Amino acid sequence: MIDNLDWTATAVFVFFFALVTIVGFVAARWQSGDLSQLHEWGLGGRRFGPWITWFLLGGDLYTAYTVIAVPGVMYAVGAYGFFAVPYTILIYPLIFLIMPRLWNVTHRHGHLTGADFIAGRYGNRWLELAVAFTGILATMPYIALQLVGMEKVIQALGFQGSGIASHLPLTIAFIILALYTYKSGLRAPAMIAFVKDIMIYVFVIAAVIVIPAKLGGYGAVFDGAKAAFDAKIAAATAAGNPAPAIGLTLAPSQTWLFVSLSIGSAMALFMYPHAMTGTLAASSPHVIRRNAVTLPAYSLVLGLIALLGLMALAAGIKVTDPQQAVPLLVRQMFPSWFAGFCFAAIAIGALVPAAVMSIGAANTFTRNIWKPFIEPRISPEKESFLAKLMSLIVKLGALVVIIWLPTKFALDLQLLGGVWMLQIFPAVVAGLYTRWFSGWALLAGWAAGMLAGSYLCWGPTALVTAVPIFGTTFYIGLVALAINAAVAVVITAVVPGRAADETRAADYEDAARAR
Amino acid sequence: MKYVLLLIPCVLALLTPLYNRVDPVLFGLPFFYWYLLLLVPLSSLFVYLAWKVESR
Repeated sequence: MIDNLDWTATAVFVFFFALVTIVGFVAARWQSGDLSQLHEWGLGGRRFGPWITWFLLGGDLYTAYTVIAVPGVMYAVGAYGFFAVPYTILIYPLIFLIMPRLWNVTHRHGHLTGADFIAGRYGNRWLELAVAFTGILATMPYIALQLVGMEKVIQALGFQGSGIASHLPLTIAFIILALYTYKSGLRAPAMIAFVKDIMIYVFVIAAVIVIPAKLGGYGAVFDGAKAAFDAKIAAATAAGNPAPAIGLTLAPSQTWLFVSLSIGSAMALFMYPHAMTGTLAASSPHVIRRNAVTLPAYSLVLGLIALLGLMALAAGIKVTDPQQAVPLLVRQMFPSWFAGFCFAAIAIGALVPAAVMSIGAANTFTRNIWKPFIEPRISPEKESFLAKLMSLIVKLGALVVIIWLPTKFALDLQLLGGVWMLQIFPAVVAGLYTRWFSGWALLAGWAAGMLAGSYLCWGPTALVTAVPIFGTTFYIGLVALAINAAVAVVITAVVPGRAADETRAADYEDAARAR
Repeated sequence: MKYVLLLIPCVLALLTPLYNRVDPVLFGLPFFYWYLLLLVPLSSLFVYLAWKVESR
């Protein structure tokens, strides 16, 4: 099980992991608040300034899974994987525009989740339930994928095993994560995010300087990657198969998919409960605007991380699972101690988003499923306790998925998760600007979008994200969103909504200007 | 004005016919890659300008 373990790398890895564990538990005392209140445990008391918000939101954006998966796609197909860059470029103008409005209205009405806002805006509990359910459903596989990222680096340390024993290090890491999230709430990932980001920056800066230098410069990296793609195409054609759409630039068949996937992913990201949690924890709408300006620093790092996939190709790394490309590249190019450091950075990179995701899902469950439908008169203390408990259950669920089901299952669900998350976009975003839509129409639109999206993803052999329309290919999420919006518009036009709206126009504007 | 400033980086990021090619190569990076990487700080600048316009 541990015969092939790289002891130096493992020692460095364990050291840094222990360090953040201590940070996680100490975080409970930081900017101390009464953790028996949900807004203190689950939103850090809404006191996070520009810096902390920057680290927290950045932690959501590039996670252990991103560091493993994006270069993995680059390794497998090339340019198409670079969609991560336009995707993150689109996110910030969108955040700048919509999130301060959401912050203002949720702050004024004491809302803790996106579904809270929906309930207040449309006076429709079933729409609130749909939004909450979608968020939790899409978050679970996302957490599971963080574990996949963590497991890949643990394997790269040389840890092997069979059956349950092979998951032992992952299980230990996850129990630690679960305990300090339970104790410290959102303060734990916020504090750990500092350590994690410094480590990731060191890893990425070293990687983009040292690895190309060893391979003979960036020119050699791209030439090597091109040669590897050309060889694959030649092999496919020789075997009588159609040439695969791979290479250093996009194939014509990929361009619309590239564009629509970038748009759809950007629109979906801030619908996830964890992204909303990170945003609503900010201390003012200006903190959010400032972050929309400064967060692209992360996109740059993400772009550089993506290039690691091409470097792995150029370095001649051969793997059947593209997600092993980066861990193996790191192990081949760096001395053991630094490889251990990089792996720790990636693994800790799983802890921050996994914690925020479980908190976001737990807040949503407590506020929008348990409270309205099961126990309307719940006390604040019990509300906070329930959310803590739920954060444990959500993580446990993710761990069970990873241990008992094939990884492909989590990947497929994550793929569907993006499509599903997009279906609450009309309710949330249109709701921030207009009350024209009726809650029931949005609910019908949501149902239509969920069904159409899931149906289109279901292929005969595997789930797919692309659907051919008018002789070209589009991202299914956007197609389902169009169906969703059309249904919502038609039904609202026929039967206008008359339910109560507890918000007023001034609630969406910054306080200084409204008063 | 604010909306135009926010729209520019989005359009530049999605206009694939503009950047889906290898030449000109810069420091060994094909155009496709360095264009998108360069667009990241540029997009940040546009959002900053939108902020300035808004808070004026």
